[in-house]
Amino acid sequence: MNNNKKEVLLQVQDVHVDFGILKALNGVSLEIQKGEILAIIGPNGAGKTSLVNAINGFYHPSRGHIFFAGQDLTKLRPHQIAALGIARTFQNVALFKGMTVLDNLMVGRNLKMNSLFISQGIYWGLAQKEEIRHREAVERIIDWLEIEHIRKVPAGMLPYGLQKRVELGRALAAEPQLLLLDEPMAGMNLEEKEDIVRFILDANEELGVTIALIEHDMGVVMDISDRVIVLDYGEKIAEGTPQEIRYNERVIKAYLGSPARR
Amino acid sequence: MGADTLPQLLILNAQKYGRNKIAIREKDLGIWQSYSWQDYLENTRLFALGLAALGFRRGDKLSVIGDNRPQLYFAQMAALCLGGIPVPLYQDAIERELEYIIAHSEARFIVAEDQEQVDKMLALRGKIPTIELIIYDDPRGMRNYKQPFLKSFTAVQELGREFARSHPHYFEEEVTKGNPEDIALIAYTSGTTGNPKGVVLSHANLLTNVRLIKQAEKYEDNDQTMAYLPMAWIGDSIYSLAMLFDIGFTTNCPEAASTVLRDMREIGPTVIFCPPRIWENILTTIRVKMEDAAWIKQKMFDFFMDVAMQVAAYRLKNEPVPLKLRILYTLGEFLVYAPLRDNLGMRKIRFAYTAGAALGPETFQFFRAIGINLKQVYGLTETSAMCTYQPDTEVKLETVGKPLPGIELKISENGEVLIKSPGVFKGYYKNPEATAEALKDGWLHTGDAGIIDQDGHLIIIDRAKDVSTLANGTIFAPQYIENKLKFSPYIKEAVTIGQGKEFVTAMINIDMQSVGNWAERKNVGYTSYTDLSQKPEVYDLITQEVKKVNASLAKEEKLRPAQIKRFLILHKELDPDDAEITRTRKLRRGFIAQKYAELINALYSEKEAVEVETKITYEDGRTANIRAFLKIKDVEVFS
Repeated sequence: MNNNKKEVLLQVQDVHVDFGILKALNGVSLEIQKGEILAIIGPNGAGKTSLVNAINGFYHPSRGHIFFAGQDLTKLRPHQIAALGIARTFQNVALFKGMTVLDNLMVGRNLKMNSLFISQGIYWGLAQKEEIRHREAVERIIDWLEIEHIRKVPAGMLPYGLQKRVELGRALAAEPQLLLLDEPMAGMNLEEKEDIVRFILDANEELGVTIALIEHDMGVVMDISDRVIVLDYGEKIAEGTPQEIRYNERVIKAYLGSPARR
Repeated sequence: MGADTLPQLLILNAQKYGRNKIAIREKDLGIWQSYSWQDYLENTRLFALGLAALGFRRGDKLSVIGDNRPQLYFAQMAALCLGGIPVPLYQDAIERELEYIIAHSEARFIVAEDQEQVDKMLALRGKIPTIELIIYDDPRGMRNYKQPFLKSFTAVQELGREFARSHPHYFEEEVTKGNPEDIALIAYTSGTTGNPKGVVLSHANLLTNVRLIKQAEKYEDNDQTMAYLPMAWIGDSIYSLAMLFDIGFTTNCPEAASTVLRDMREIGPTVIFCPPRIWENILTTIRVKMEDAAWIKQKMFDFFMDVAMQVAAYRLKNEPVPLKLRILYTLGEFLVYAPLRDNLGMRKIRFAYTAGAALGPETFQFFRAIGINLKQVYGLTETSAMCTYQPDTEVKLETVGKPLPGIELKISENGEVLIKSPGVFKGYYKNPEATAEALKDGWLHTGDAGIIDQDGHLIIIDRAKDVSTLANGTIFAPQYIENKLKFSPYIKEAVTIGQGKEFVTAMINIDMQSVGNWAERKNVGYTSYTDLSQKPEVYDLITQEVKKVNASLAKEEKLRPAQIKRFLILHKELDPDDAEITRTRKLRRGFIAQKYAELINALYSEKEAVEVETKITYEDGRTANIRAFLKIKDVEVFS
């Protein structure tokens, strides 16, 4: 947010993703700068989720490249990309429903665990030390997200708003440099939204995580993002500060449909 | 050095126990973090010296606001060590209340738990120039706060470390200057009428009263308590400050307000204090969970609870228990009571208390029946908390026990409870009129109506000013009837009306948890609290509960005419944010009568429904309107 020297963390170069004749992304190029909160908006089916899926390796672009801190991600598998420091949440909550919140968060640290399975089998010694270190990191997230009271509750038994919060925690547990949030506030009430917004801002400012979020709530987008990118029919139609986007003719026409609100 | 003030006791305990005994624990990051007596002293000392470096002088007030945290207790103690006065605040109080207390007490220093509380204090600082410094404990979210009058707890301790270099004996000298007659606490009471009043208590008040309690109840230094009730409430100051220092036991701060019961289970406290509302919540939770349990567990629970209640009844009457019941009770201990106590975190309880409002007799008996030594006590902020108690061999359902040895108690001609004790306060802060009204000839006028039974036990009927009569002259003690209503697991709060009227009516708050659960099992769909409250099925359910209360009122000749004839279910919960109840959940009758005047008129008319629009206030001060149609129902009365 307060970065004057613009350091590019992620670069998307002319990326195409297509399913048969359907073009989900049609030559999208963009940059995510280190430390910013970037909002990706656009009407339904504009290709927002496809973009996020392409970045974290769920989809492989048919053309174009994605670079993260100088490294080409295009051919990498999702878990390799995650290990590089890109975490994400899903539009539909993706948690292990039968596992407790604590265990779900521990899973988020899976990629950070180094001990071999033999020493894990023995447990005492190295594996135990490592477990303690990870548990502490997870406890800090629990404290940070104010979910102490549900630490031992199976994720599937939680109300939706809390599940979304736990999912955010699961992504943060991986200590990512870049966090991709796919509609983190969908289906939430005002109070839950305010909570999540606070956590996103805190993650950005206190933990220094760069954030790209897909969001439909324009109020939230305008309030918290440093820059906004607008997609429509798989193409980037605008890019700029929230102010610029609000008054951009093309965006208003394609997306907002009516003159600027608020 | 003598040990007649709290700071002197702290130093004494640190000498006696050093690092070998834990004074206070806090659950943080999922683990119980412990502070020994030496740690307690060191933390307090550094913070006190930091305050001194920042210009804290004898007689200055320091307010703390937040959940129970060791740092907030250290801060209060630090103020005391320097001859200052702690003024704890209710952490969920809204701005208007806080503004009054801070301005009235002229607090210069405020220690706030976290960003949420700091924000409140920043908002107030513009209006109250006496606030000089705001100190925060949790740095979360504070990165963009650059105001010069904001400091972190550790930064203040750091200043203290520096200050200690140039003033190596300052702390000890200040503690030695302390006098038992110095003010140790100003506790603001959330009055049911008007502005809060600051109750001034000295070290001698607190410590003498604590020593009277200790003699009566035989506390030991290996006892464990929980610090989870608001720090601004006198009971917490007594247990987590005065008694902690005098006895040297261990106090435990839960992780968060929502984890208290789980944390309690991990600690297994031996002395616990819960207001009636919490006992009732626990019982409601047990019942709700039992209704969802497997049938065999339900059957076992019902059978053995019946046994336990019978045994408890014999014991309360001090009669021998028949052999068959004794055998069944022993069996039940293994199968039901012990596992239940363990689940509640009450396996090691030696003393459990309730006070503040009357506890439903059935709730009381339930906990005693499963083997928890629950007793009712009575006390006021003005008497340094507890002043009557029930000795272990003399527990009675309806009383609050007899005065602690050393405390005098009598009933005035108009039925008011009067108390004379070393714990009685020095006066209301900057309010001589109120002091003169409460303290006459050395007797504290409590404002409670009570009677003393043949065993010398005190029975509290109601607030003296609330007891009145119906139009036909029958005694009408609203709280007495409300307590009976509230024993129903489905009723959370109730307001009865009847003064000067022909008959008694009631406005009822359903309990969302248990009625919601009930509705789910009965396949009654609902969307919100308001919607659920107006379902015809729910009205039928509550009618049955009101009928039960009427039946029990009919048993007592004097109260028979005071049965409930008509009632309605309120569309919203009574809430301290809307000023309908106090922070300690006492009804503010005058305000309610005014606010719901239309509903009350409708209750005394022929109408079968009434339309209502109410303004509700959210915690952050925003308001919204709720509009609803409330049904009114008649109930059968017994003769």
